[in-house]
Amino acid sequence: MTVSYVIKRLIYLVFTALLVSLIVFSVTQLLPANAATMILGEYATDEALAILNSKLGLDDPAAVQYLRWLGNVVQGDFGISLRTSQPVGPTILNAFGRSAILAVTSLLLVCIIAIPLGVLAASRRGKPTDLGVSLVSYIGVSMPEFVLATLLLVWLASPSLGLFPASGYVPFSEDFWGALHHIALPVLTLTIVLTAHISRMIRSEMADTLEMDFIRAGRLRGLSKRRVLFRHALRNSMLPAITVIALDVGYLIGGVIVVEEVFAFPGVGRQLILAIQNRDLPMIQAGALIMAASYAVANLLADLAYGALDKRIKY
Amino acid sequence: MLFLIKTLRALMRNPQGAIGTVLVFLLLLISVFGPFLAPQDPESFNFGSRFAPPSAEFLFGTDWFGRDLFSRILVGARSTVLLAILATFIGTASGALIGIFSGFVGGWVDELIMRTIDAIMAIPGLLLALMILTVLGSSSLNAVIAIGVAFAPGMARISRSTTLAVRELDYVSAARARGESKLWIIFSEILPNMVAPVIVEATIRVAFAIMTLATLSFLGLGAQPPSPEWGLMIADAREHMFRSPWPILAPGISIALVAIAFNLLGDGLRDVLNPHSQE
Repeated sequence: MTVSYVIKRLIYLVFTALLVSLIVFSVTQLLPANAATMILGEYATDEALAILNSKLGLDDPAAVQYLRWLGNVVQGDFGISLRTSQPVGPTILNAFGRSAILAVTSLLLVCIIAIPLGVLAASRRGKPTDLGVSLVSYIGVSMPEFVLATLLLVWLASPSLGLFPASGYVPFSEDFWGALHHIALPVLTLTIVLTAHISRMIRSEMADTLEMDFIRAGRLRGLSKRRVLFRHALRNSMLPAITVIALDVGYLIGGVIVVEEVFAFPGVGRQLILAIQNRDLPMIQAGALIMAASYAVANLLADLAYGALDKRIKY
Repeated sequence: MLFLIKTLRALMRNPQGAIGTVLVFLLLLISVFGPFLAPQDPESFNFGSRFAPPSAEFLFGTDWFGRDLFSRILVGARSTVLLAILATFIGTASGALIGIFSGFVGGWVDELIMRTIDAIMAIPGLLLALMILTVLGSSSLNAVIAIGVAFAPGMARISRSTTLAVRELDYVSAARARGESKLWIIFSEILPNMVAPVIVEATIRVAFAIMTLATLSFLGLGAQPPSPEWGLMIADAREHMFRSPWPILAPGISIALVAIAFNLLGDGLRDVLNPHSQE
């Protein structure tokens, strides 16, 4: 992997981010009511609206508004929330930190669980272990996050059992065990759904790899089954696995939105849903942008990891 | 017609396909005839039997108003399953049109369309649907449109690559040499070749559409109360979730079963229609 490849990918990332920001901005421009109407309410006089419109720069052409908004966003200024009258930037950054805890913990757990599970299923193809793993992952893939989350909530957080809190969040710096308790169920939900997805993919990748000539050659050379499986087959399946996991970050982000809503977890997803319900334009823009940006960065990291691991490809 | 019978016969020999076909067929029956099959009025309150567990009278139990959950599920199938199929159809049709157009025209138009699609696909699916609903407002039909729009770019990519592959084949060149019109070539040479990959993708997407539609309703952005849409039923039941699990279990299991049915059918169709990808 060369420096020029990394630079090329970084330029591509900036390009994607710009296009996404354009989409996010256009969507909020299409809304029937603009920010001035939101702030002043439906009984506002025309003069008051006109004054606020010119004060907020809403009379300018859309292109000028977009560039001004983008310029502010680049400096970390996402505007003022229409709902709370607080600056959006700090709110969304705090929320992002909490969401990141959920997402990263789940992703790590998924890698630890799903990869061995997929390998196990592929190596016992057609045997009870394989069928068991496949069946469970089939159910997991067909279960929306909100259903699983609500069922886990009913089962593990009922007041009579009191195993886990039903909702809320405690910072890790304040109370480590409390924090762990609060993220347990959201993380469990995300982990189960994502494990189902990814173990299925890993299984089919591994099954393909195990059919290849070099695996048979390894067996014929008298290498142990485990050595062939983990040293030879897994290594070659890891590359597609990275791509699969990176693409699944898109699902994970959707999952985070849902799970935060179910467990009243104060992250970006909950902020976004709250903002949509209240038509809080700056917050919607910031929430959507930060989520899309995380997805783009995850894909960039996956591409770089792919390039670094795959010695066959010269970029 | 012959193609249809042949496919169906092959599906029946494939275990996944057979189970999926039967389940989906039953589901479609329930979705269409659900209101006539329901043993009770889905909206009638039975205050004497609130939070009842499943019994002969109430097959899936009752909710906090004593409404029969089984009847509500049957009636709600229409707003969940049929609308999800509609959403998938919108996404598939518009995506296929864009993809064929882009692949057929080529050049800078193709480049522009594909880069736009890349940008849209850089936004996670649920997030895109949420943003579309922000503009359109919350309702079942708007959720259907949002899911359709979110599905279109992926479909466009698939149909574009099929178009590109087919465009260079000899019989298309032959048709062009015969002087057939572009529209004729698209409809009689390119479309038939896309049917198989697009149908396989669309069937699996239906499962996804059902889950997304239910999720949007759950978030309060799709179906509105008192609709017995399954996702909305779960959202409403959360207030009473520690009193009885049945109002959550009944719609939750229904959603999962429907998604499993369409996933099975999709996997079966893939094996039958596309011999290359058979495991």
